[in-house]
Amino acid sequence: MALKHETPLLDELEKGAFPSFVKEIKRAAETAENPDFAQDLLGQLELSYKEKVTHWKHGGIVGVRGYGAGVIGRYSDVPDRFPGVAHFHTIRVNMPAGFFYTTEALKTICDIWDKYGSGLTNMHGSTGDIILLGTKTENLEAAFAHLSSRGWDLGGSGSAVRTPSCCVGPARCEWACYDTLEATYQTTMRFQDELHRPMFPYKFKFKFAGCPVDCIASIARADMSVIGTWKGNIQINQDEVRNYASSGLDIQKEVVDLCPTECMTWDGNELKINDEDCNRCMHCLARMPKALKPGQERGATILLGSKAPIVTGALMSWVIVPFMKMEPPYEEFFELVERIWEFWDEHGKNRERIGELIERMGFPVFLREVGLEPHPAMVKEPRRDPFYFWTEEDIEK
Amino acid sequence: MDKEELKKVIYEMVEKSMGKKKLKQSDILKKVSAEHGVDKSEVKAALKELLDSGQLIFTYFGGSYIEIPPKEQP
Ligand code: HEM
Ligand code: HEM
Ligand code: SF4
Ligand code: SF4
Repeated sequence: MALKHETPLLDELEKGAFPSFVKEIKRAAETAENPDFAQDLLGQLELSYKEKVTHWKHGGIVGVRGYGAGVIGRYSDVPDRFPGVAHFHTIRVNMPAGFFYTTEALKTICDIWDKYGSGLTNMHGSTGDIILLGTKTENLEAAFAHLSSRGWDLGGSGSAVRTPSCCVGPARCEWACYDTLEATYQTTMRFQDELHRPMFPYKFKFKFAGCPVDCIASIARADMSVIGTWKGNIQINQDEVRNYASSGLDIQKEVVDLCPTECMTWDGNELKINDEDCNRCMHCLARMPKALKPGQERGATILLGSKAPIVTGALMSWVIVPFMKMEPPYEEFFELVERIWEFWDEHGKNRERIGELIERMGFPVFLREVGLEPHPAMVKEPRRDPFYFWTEEDIEK
Repeated sequence: MDKEELKKVIYEMVEKSMGKKKLKQSDILKKVSAEHGVDKSEVKAALKELLDSGQLIFTYFGGSYIEIPPKEQP
C-alpha cells in the first residue's frame, strides 16, 4: 500500500547510518495487517515535528475487565485528520524473567499483535515489559484473551507494582550471587494482586541484579533494588593470578592501582585483598575472572528509593538491609516489602514515590516504623545518615 | 457485614464521589473499613468482585483511580 501522508521531516531520520524507527513504521504502513495505524501514525508524527507539540492525549479507561494495569490509554487530539490513531493504546505484556524466549514464543506474540494491533512493538520498554504499541479500545479484550490463552499475562502500569525484572543472573553469568530469575518469578507471583489492581499512591518497581555490576541498572531505576553481594573474602586462586601476570596482564597497574578503596597489594607473586575495605566495585573480579570469585556466603543488599525526576529530582536507591539471604520461599524479603508498603500506604501522598516519602519524613522515622536497625552501611552520603537515636518522646522538656 | 452489603456500600461511596473527588483503591479500603468496622481484606475482596463484574472500573489520570464506567465508552 502506498503511503498516505507526505513526511519530509521524518524522511530526514532515515538518512543516517543507524537503524531508523521511521523506516520500520513505514514498513508497517505498507505491509501490516492493519496498516491504518502506522499510516496515520506517520501523519500525526510529521505534524508534531512540524508544530513541535505532541498530539497524544493519555489516560481514561486503562484496562481489560478486572485489571487496572497493563493497558496505557492513548488518544489522538486530532482524530479527524488521523482516524487510524484516534485510539492508539499500548499493551504491556509481562516478559519472562531474564528476557529469555523461544522463537516460537516471539512468533506467537507477533501474530497476535498483527491481528489486533498496529504490528509495532518495543522490545523491551524501560520497565522491561514487552510493549505492544497501538490498538483500539474495542480490540483490548480480544487481544488479552488471545494472549492469556497462550500463557501470557499483562504487566504493571499506573499506581501498581510494575512488572519485576532482572539481569540474566545464574542462567548466563558466573557472578550471580543469588538466583535473580527465581526471585523475579516468585515476586511476580506473590504480588499478582498488587500488579494488576493498582492500590498504591504511585508506581513501585522491583529490579533484581545478581551482583554489584547491576546490569539491570536497578540502583537508578527501581524503587526496590535487590543487588547480589557476598560476605567474607573474595576467593583468590593464586595460580590463576600468576597465570594472568605471566600472560601479560600488569596486575599492579590494571588491577591493584584501580581498586577504588586501595585495598589490594601485589608483590609479583601473591595477591592480597583487605576484604574489610572492599566496596564490591567488581573491578578486580571482572579483570581476572579466572582468578577471583565472589565470597562463598552469598545473598543480596536491599536498597530502596530510586526514581527519575518528576515531583522532586532524581534519586538513587540507598541501603536498607546490608545483607539478606535470597532463597525460596523469600519470606523475610516479602515481609519486609509488605511492611514498607504499609508505611507508604499510611503516610504517602498521591503520586509520592517511596523514596520521596522517606526524604520528606526522614530516614530515622522510616527505619523505626518499618522496624529496621540503623547500620553504618545505610549512610548514603555525609550528613545524610540514620544515626539520630532519639525521638521527640525521648526528650525531656 | 455480608459481602453483598459491603459491595453496595462501596458502590454508593464511589457513586457519591463521582465528579467531586476521584477515589484511589486505598482511599476506599481505608474509608469503608474505618466507617463500618470491617477488615480491609474483606473490603478488598468485595471491591474485587465489583471490578471483575465490570460494575466499577479502574481509570488513569496521572494515577490510578476507581470509578463507575461511563455509559458510552470512548
Ligand atoms: C565561633 C566559632 C564557630 C562557629 C560559629 C561555627 C559554626 C559552625 C556551623 C554553622 C556548622 C554547620 C555547618 C554545616 O554543616 O552546615 C559547623 C560545622 C562544623 N564545625 Fe564549626 N563553628 C565554629 C568553630 C569551630 C571550630 C573551632 C571547629 C574545630 C576546631 C569547628 C569544627 C566544625 C566541624 C568539624 C563541623 C562539621 C560538623 C558536621 O559535619 O556536622 N567549628 N560549625
Ligand atoms: C568527642 C569528639 C567528637 C564528637 C562528639 C564529634 C561529633 C561529630 C558529629 C556528630 C558529626 C556529624 C556527623 C554527620 O552527621 O555526618 C561530626 C562530623 C565531623 N567531625 Fe567530629 N566529633 C568529634 C571529634 C572530632 C575531631 C577530633 C575531629 C577532627 C580532628 C572531627 C572532625 C569531624 C569532621 C571533619 C566531620 C565532618 C564529616 C563529614 O561531614 O563527612 N571530629 N563530628
Ligand atoms: S548484574 Fe552481575 S550477575 Fe547479573 S548479569 Fe550483570 S554481572 Fe552477571
Ligand atoms: S571489588 Fe573493587 S573494591 Fe573490592 S577488592 Fe576488587 S577492586 Fe577493590
